[in-house]
Amino acid sequence: MPDTKWRLVKSFVPEAVCRLAALLVISVLFLILYYIFQRGAGVISPAFLTALPTPVGVPGGGIGNALLGSLVMVALGALLAVPCGVAAAVYLDQNPKSRLAAACRFASRVLTGVPSLIVGLFVFTLLVLRTGQYSALAGGIALAVMMMPVITLSAEEMLRLVPNSWREASLALGASKKQTVLRLVLPAAAAGIAVGVMLAVALAAGQTAPVLLTALTSIFWPENLLQPTASLPVLIYTYAISPFADWQQQAWGAALVLVVMVLMLNIAAQLFIAVKNRRG
Amino acid sequence: MALDVTIENLSFWFGRQQVLKNVSLRACQKEVTALIGPSGCGKTTLLRCINRLHDLYAGASVAGKILIGEENILDAGTNRVELRRRVGMIFQKPNPFPHLSVFENVASGLRLHGLAYGRSLRERVEACLRKAALWDEVKDFLDRPGALLSGGQQQRLCIARALAIEPEVFLMDEPCASLDPVSTMHIEELIKELQEEYTVIIVTHNMQQAARISRQTAFVLHGELVEAGPTAELFVHARDSRTEAYLTGKMG
Repeated sequence: MPDTKWRLVKSFVPEAVCRLAALLVISVLFLILYYIFQRGAGVISPAFLTALPTPVGVPGGGIGNALLGSLVMVALGALLAVPCGVAAAVYLDQNPKSRLAAACRFASRVLTGVPSLIVGLFVFTLLVLRTGQYSALAGGIALAVMMMPVITLSAEEMLRLVPNSWREASLALGASKKQTVLRLVLPAAAAGIAVGVMLAVALAAGQTAPVLLTALTSIFWPENLLQPTASLPVLIYTYAISPFADWQQQAWGAALVLVVMVLMLNIAAQLFIAVKNRRG
Repeated sequence: MALDVTIENLSFWFGRQQVLKNVSLRACQKEVTALIGPSGCGKTTLLRCINRLHDLYAGASVAGKILIGEENILDAGTNRVELRRRVGMIFQKPNPFPHLSVFENVASGLRLHGLAYGRSLRERVEACLRKAALWDEVKDFLDRPGALLSGGQQQRLCIARALAIEPEVFLMDEPCASLDPVSTMHIEELIKELQEEYTVIIVTHNMQQAARISRQTAFVLHGELVEAGPTAELFVHARDSRTEAYLTGKMG
């Protein structure tokens, strides 16, 4: 029987190690959330979310402009990246073996791995230096560059899940390729594509370097897309490294807002998947 | 309107591999023609040449003629979209559109080709579901996703969907292969009714099924049409020894 015991131990130990690792992953998230809640929850108030920042020592400062700026730039980025990414994914799905498709897939994979700082520098050199202007537009473009490869790759996966038999049903019914893509393939994959988009948006919302280098920051409300614009990550960064206690306090509050937004996007994506699966 | 389908010296290649060798066969209007033969013999390919579904795949090439009525549909100028409207197809695995309701599945072809709207659309959908012997089972669930029906119901839904755009020819690729005996019986009865108005060509692995529903049977082996003839005759007196061997299960 010692042999059996030894085998039990051998199977138990790796299982326990893996279980611990899984717990570790979860606990990291919860520790971050707990820490941010504990430090940041105190400053959250309606005024904090809607007011402009104030100079050091002046009470009542908020993150309104940074919140709005982040929303604008992320939305702008999504507006640019979603149509592009989905259209590229449709091409990949329709011509899976072409050279262009292989190149596009490779480029997307490389792009997802390029540090966001480099993306920021790229847009900085291309737009900010040439126009001499930090702007929300440049920030949106930088975020679009971050999102596009993620959306392209995830959307292609989702399109490829649409079985050939459904496509053939459509074609055999006399639908053209274009009609098949627009009426069948895209709608059938829509939920999955939406999940990919949400995750890409969540990823982009927290990026600091790309917006810092392209939109800089501002202490005013954004009035148009062509001026320096505040954003949550940059505000957190500036406040957190400042030596002032009230700014540090506000940095925690802003971090909480950002993390909750990203968390909600992820939860929304999960719910989306759950609802979709239930419907079959 | 039903039309004869006449296949003349049809050869088909996937890349260098020849899948069909000089096949000639006539499927008469208002009759069921059954294609039988072992897996991989080319009968499904033959079927998919008739609505040119194989054109979609790289490396496919074809020689010979397929006439629907008088028209050679293998001509380079053939409008494939129009052809597929005229040639309905039922697949081995029921494939209703998963994102559409029962109603919209049947309506999809009508909407696609702009054939009916509003009230007349609803009437057409009902008529097709009745014809496919599905109406009584689904009339209260028209808004439910088509994918929630049972396998047999899904296949009848696919038949209703194909019926809606009034094709001239029905191609069926083992339509009962994934169905239970009761559903199979439903579909077979349906096929018998379809032949009163359409030309039906059906691929089947089930020889009893071929015997039950078809007027003509064609035996395909290694891409060649070994023989074709009236089903009643072929099953009793096969002219070719290979056909006899296949029918009696002595092949290979």
